Amino acid sequence: MKVLVVAEHLNGKLEDITFEMLGKAKELGTAEVALLGHNAKDLAAQLGKADSVIYMDSPELAEFNPDTYSKGLKAIVEARQPDIVLVGNTSMGMDLAAALSVDMGMPLVAYAIDVAADKVVSSLYGGKMNVESAVSTPFIASVLAGSFPADAGRGEGSPAVEEMAAPDFGSVKVRFKQLIEPEGGDVDITQQPILVSVGRGIQSEDNLPMAEELANKLGGAVSASRPIIDNKWLPKTRQVGKSGLKVKPKLYLTLGISGAPEHIEGMKDADLIIAVNTDLKAPIFDYAHYGTTVDLFDLVPALTEKL
Amino acid sequence: MNIIVLIKQVPDLVEELELDSSGKDLDREWLKYKVNEFDDHALEEALLLKEEHGGTVTAMALDGQDIDKALYAAAAKGADRVVKITGLEGNPSNHEAAKAFANAISGMDYQAVFTGVQSVEDRDGQLPVLVAHYLGIPHVSVVSGVKIEGDKAVVYKEYGGGMMAELEVDLPAVLGIQAARETPRYVPVARVRRAMRSTEMEEVSAGDVSGAAAGSEVARMFKPETGQGAEMLEGSAEEVADKIVSILKEKGIV
Ligand SMILES: Cc1cc2nc3c(=O)[nH]c(=O)nc-3n(C[C@H](O)[C@H](O)[C@H](O)COP(=O)(O)OP(=O)(O)OC[C@H]3O[C@@H](n4cnc5c(N)ncnc54)[C@H](O)[C@@H]3O)c2cc1C
Repeated sequence: MKVLVVAEHLNGKLEDITFEMLGKAKELGTAEVALLGHNAKDLAAQLGKADSVIYMDSPELAEFNPDTYSKGLKAIVEARQPDIVLVGNTSMGMDLAAALSVDMGMPLVAYAIDVAADKVVSSLYGGKMNVESAVSTPFIASVLAGSFPADAGRGEGSPAVEEMAAPDFGSVKVRFKQLIEPEGGDVDITQQPILVSVGRGIQSEDNLPMAEELANKLGGAVSASRPIIDNKWLPKTRQVGKSGLKVKPKLYLTLGISGAPEHIEGMKDADLIIAVNTDLKAPIFDYAHYGTTVDLFDLVPALTEKL
Repeated sequence: MNIIVLIKQVPDLVEELELDSSGKDLDREWLKYKVNEFDDHALEEALLLKEEHGGTVTAMALDGQDIDKALYAAAAKGADRVVKITGLEGNPSNHEAAKAFANAISGMDYQAVFTGVQSVEDRDGQLPVLVAHYLGIPHVSVVSGVKIEGDKAVVYKEYGGGMMAELEVDLPAVLGIQAARETPRYVPVARVRRAMRSTEMEEVSAGDVSGAAAGSEVARMFKPETGQGAEMLEGSAEEVADKIVSILKEKGIV
């Protein structure tokens, strides 16, 4: 089984998903990593677990670009004819996997949490249902972050690095302008030992002070799921999850968060997770150590008073 | 600036999900549906751009569960045209859906296609990039914030850790919208009813979607193992609060 892992890097750093997929690829067969970039060949040194690395260099690949990266990856897949292509089900991967699927006529299974030669398991419906797809090679799986241990994909070694010339990109229709770093917020939630994290269940901005008060009593800060940030009730720097921050506090207490995979990605390594959610079937309870279905509007005042 | 917004009804996850007798699909008979939340953001962003730059917004969807209501709601919010694509039976794969959309869109006068970056049912891949590749036009996924500058769009693509890339895209293009600049607007039911009377529902055939199969089949669906789940704390709010306090004390957190 020839498995091609599409490396993901940002700001000169390989993302964890690369190692997570590489570990899985080694289990499945021979693992080759596709590394696209500009002056980024050095990154190959960190891919010790790979059997080989195929490196494509071009100024057009200096930063992630949905257009040039799709074209570059297609050229690699055409040349190497892998049985399985593993791409992250990530912001970058979403712009690659479906493109490759249509252009190469290769089946794609997304949200993969497990991959074998003949089947892929996807986590769908916000983590509430797993779906097993029967597949035959060649196929593409886009892998959810956190599905496989990254450590299994890290290790010493010096895989052969083969350079492949970039294809003619033709007329390039997407241009990278700049990378925008998050603005420094009032609180750095990655440094807080205790987080009270609020989700859509908090219902209104007017209810946030309740969570703030509880966080103060506990000696921590308030973080949140994405909808709270999208509603502009809290700044982006308070967002936990896939497009927010990864946190690992001593205590992560969730109030009205359902536990969508994109949220779980950011907090599942917390030492102690306590979830408050009125829906007993909410996926957050699969990750929490303790849970309760008591209404948060009843529990929070009671808990705050007792502390 | 004419923007086409693709919308989709998806199962409301607030409801309990059950399997049908085949074990390969949800029991859809009693499912409650709602518009994919990211499609709502896509529509909002399109309406904001129309307010800034003029032009039209067309809401488009595959025929299916409660879709008329969703399309009329889009009209009530400000979409100029609503288009329903007919002729795809059952639950088409996203590849087939994307091909049908591409068939319908390719004859239209448009500068951009917006749709939600993902939905809860994207087993064979997220819709925006599939549509873009069937149309042969550029795409950017996970976009929050769009500016139009002549025949180009400047978009903000989100990565992890709050990082964003600013990208410039030649139009026409497909954008997978993560979040609109504003919270999606709400319309009261009365306005939707009015839109129902005053808006013409256009119907377009899905056309040929052969060759756009997902290439894989569902073997089974199952609820994720909850073996390692949380220890549930039972009782009244007071009792649960007491239990939490003692857990926190035991762990030395308070
Ligand atoms: C590319 C991408 C990136 C994303 N990145 C992130 C990210 O970084 N972080 C993130 O969080 N999300 C992210 N999301 C969004 C994610 O998919 C979910 O939409 C989001 O996490 C849901 O937030 P929520 O749990 O607060 O809301 P919901 O899913 O709506 O859950 C609300 C919960 O509150 C419970 N509830 C309601 N009332 C009460 C009450 N009175 N008491 C107790 N419980 C109550 C309900 O039972 C429900 O489970 C991303 C999505 C995409 C597509």
